Amino acid sequence: MSQLVFLVPLFPLLGFLINGLLRNQLSKPATSFIGSGSILASFIVSLILFLDVKAGKTGVAELFDFISFDKIHIPFAFQVDQLSSLFLLIITGVGFLIHLYSTAYMQEEEPKHFARYFSYLNLFVFSMLLLVLGANYVIMFIGWEGVGLCSYLLIGFWFKNNDYNNAAKKAFVMNRIGDLGFLLAIFYLLAKVGSVSFGDVFASAPQLTTSSLTIITLLLFVGATGKSAQIPLYTWLPDAMAGPTPVSALIHAATMVTAGIYMIARSNILYTMAPVSQSVVAIIGLATAVLAATIALKQNDIKKVLAYSTVSQLGYMFLGLGVGAYTGAVFHVMTHAFFKALLFLGAGSVIHAMHHEQDIRNMGGLKKYLPVTHLTFLLGCIAIAGIPPFSGFFSKDEILAAAYESNKIYWVIGVLTAAMTAFYMFRLYATTFLGKFRGTHEQEHYLHESPAAMTIPLIVLAILAVIGGFVGVPEVLKNVFFGLDHKLENFLSPVFAASYKLKEIHPADHGTEYALMGTSVLLAVMAIAYAVNRFSKKPDLEEADGFGKVLANKWYADEFYDAIVVKPLNALSKFLDNVIEKLGIDWIVNGVGRGVQYSSRQLRLLQSGQVGSYVLLMIVGMIILFVLQFFLKK
Amino acid sequence: MPVNYYIFVSIALFCIGVAGVLTRRNAIIVFMCIELMLNAVNLLLVAFSKMHHVTFIARDASAGIDGQLFVFFIMVVAAAEVSVGLAIIVMMYRNTHSVDINFLNRLKH
Repeated sequence: MSQLVFLVPLFPLLGFLINGLLRNQLSKPATSFIGSGSILASFIVSLILFLDVKAGKTGVAELFDFISFDKIHIPFAFQVDQLSSLFLLIITGVGFLIHLYSTAYMQEEEPKHFARYFSYLNLFVFSMLLLVLGANYVIMFIGWEGVGLCSYLLIGFWFKNNDYNNAAKKAFVMNRIGDLGFLLAIFYLLAKVGSVSFGDVFASAPQLTTSSLTIITLLLFVGATGKSAQIPLYTWLPDAMAGPTPVSALIHAATMVTAGIYMIARSNILYTMAPVSQSVVAIIGLATAVLAATIALKQNDIKKVLAYSTVSQLGYMFLGLGVGAYTGAVFHVMTHAFFKALLFLGAGSVIHAMHHEQDIRNMGGLKKYLPVTHLTFLLGCIAIAGIPPFSGFFSKDEILAAAYESNKIYWVIGVLTAAMTAFYMFRLYATTFLGKFRGTHEQEHYLHESPAAMTIPLIVLAILAVIGGFVGVPEVLKNVFFGLDHKLENFLSPVFAASYKLKEIHPADHGTEYALMGTSVLLAVMAIAYAVNRFSKKPDLEEADGFGKVLANKWYADEFYDAIVVKPLNALSKFLDNVIEKLGIDWIVNGVGRGVQYSSRQLRLLQSGQVGSYVLLMIVGMIILFVLQFFLKK
Repeated sequence: MPVNYYIFVSIALFCIGVAGVLTRRNAIIVFMCIELMLNAVNLLLVAFSKMHHVTFIARDASAGIDGQLFVFFIMVVAAAEVSVGLAIIVMMYRNTHSVDINFLNRLKH
């Protein structure tokens, strides 16, 4: 059955080609049908593959030779196993819901832009599927680059706005920095192992020295920081809000940012054998989680809050990878895909209803106008805050438990960040949906619940966000939750078996684990209670001051990068332009021209028209030749 | 008689010819100097054909005959050249009333 695997990326590719090439001919319903239908088709194939894999049929499907020279063979091959089939389901499943939602959300666009939007969206999903399916790092890299390109295209979708174009460029450049790391890692692997296929690389990992493993894993991690928005390359993700809201949902939930997690989870054995890299991953992840959470506390743009919460949650996933809880990280990717897609689509519904208003200070009291959006958004907030038995609780708890085992400080910071997450999410919820409406009369009059094409994905995602956690119930809670066990861990165990054999995670005893869970849930509940209580009555409408201002300005990270990278680079290029280019290169080029002109002016004087002088020159020349001949003979 | 003598004479003639071409302005004298150079070469050709092949002549009477043939050719060509050249000089005199070659610098146009 794994021969069918090529169909999974093929459908979105066809959708991209049809919608992209026929964008001037197709009507909007046709475009919607092709765009969403192609993803639905690949979802169905993914489901078949998933069931196959569940029955134990994994393997590598080799399509053709991609690069072949000397001793290096890079086949165009797809890897069908537990990890990739799970990601396929997330990408195509959540991706389909986002496509469906977009058909209503983007209704205001002209048909040709509408088709352009869907073709980009399909290309995005195609690239992500290629990334996940690739059976070697090169195929993965193709998808990796494709995802970066599509994010550029979609963030700058409304290309008439220059700020949006700048945001798109920022995303692209930041991603390129990370991609360089990934590319170097591939070359290093080729040099050391001579192959980039996952099977060969992981099999020969024990022969590599620790230092080369550390270098490879750190370079791969540089790639992951770019794609998955970790310190120091995270600033593009909040700016990526410039794109249409469903695109944000796609980037943040189903595709793109999970690429880094997938790559590290795929290379888990390399990381397990390079403890230094693991610590780096954990520390960077944790730092990103805290930093982004603090920034999210003071943002007033509904999408910015969600963007920083994505960065923060990605930090959690990297923490999970860093402490060796690979299953936990993948689990969190899954639950996060559900609730973050839900939250973004909910935010899109709010923005749609508010006539493109994104500032939560001008909202409030939307509960009674948008009942479905309100309820689903609330469920999403509870899920991300980590309240049992919603999905976020299980995945976050698994990561935190593993962090506690690895280093108690990780756990303390992680739990505080979780509390902050609960706080800012419910600040967002309370300011938007509770209290009194603070917008203009015109907006109030316009307020309406979104059409079914938008609410159905919300409801489906809400259901998933609520029950999604039950596939990974931890051992200690088995009895509480009707004897459910950690299905996901059992399912994924073949992928991570080698790592777990090398470095086993000893679960804490049940008492400790109960205490850990209790603490994090208690803190989250307290944060929620405080946030709802405070912001439903009196939302902070003024500009923040003091330390809050620092947070509202994102720790001045953009300004900092501007000062240490952008400005010096601009100064350097200005210097190169003014000095090297104008005085150096231009001088040489112009000098050559001037030299030729001057010398030809002088040489022209020889042509006097006097036959006598010509003859004289001829004879002088002959004499010189004779003399030379005479001397050279010796 | 060694061949060197002939060589020296013909070098001397040739150099006189060259010097004449370079220094004189009268077209007729320049013309004569060109003839002098041609004849210097002729002399050399005749001398070589006679002296250089001296060993072969004993066996083969026609050895070195080609050098002498060349001389005849050069003489014929020189005669043709003289007639054309003198005609040019005559035309030049008719047009400019001068046979000064420095007067003719239109070649650069």
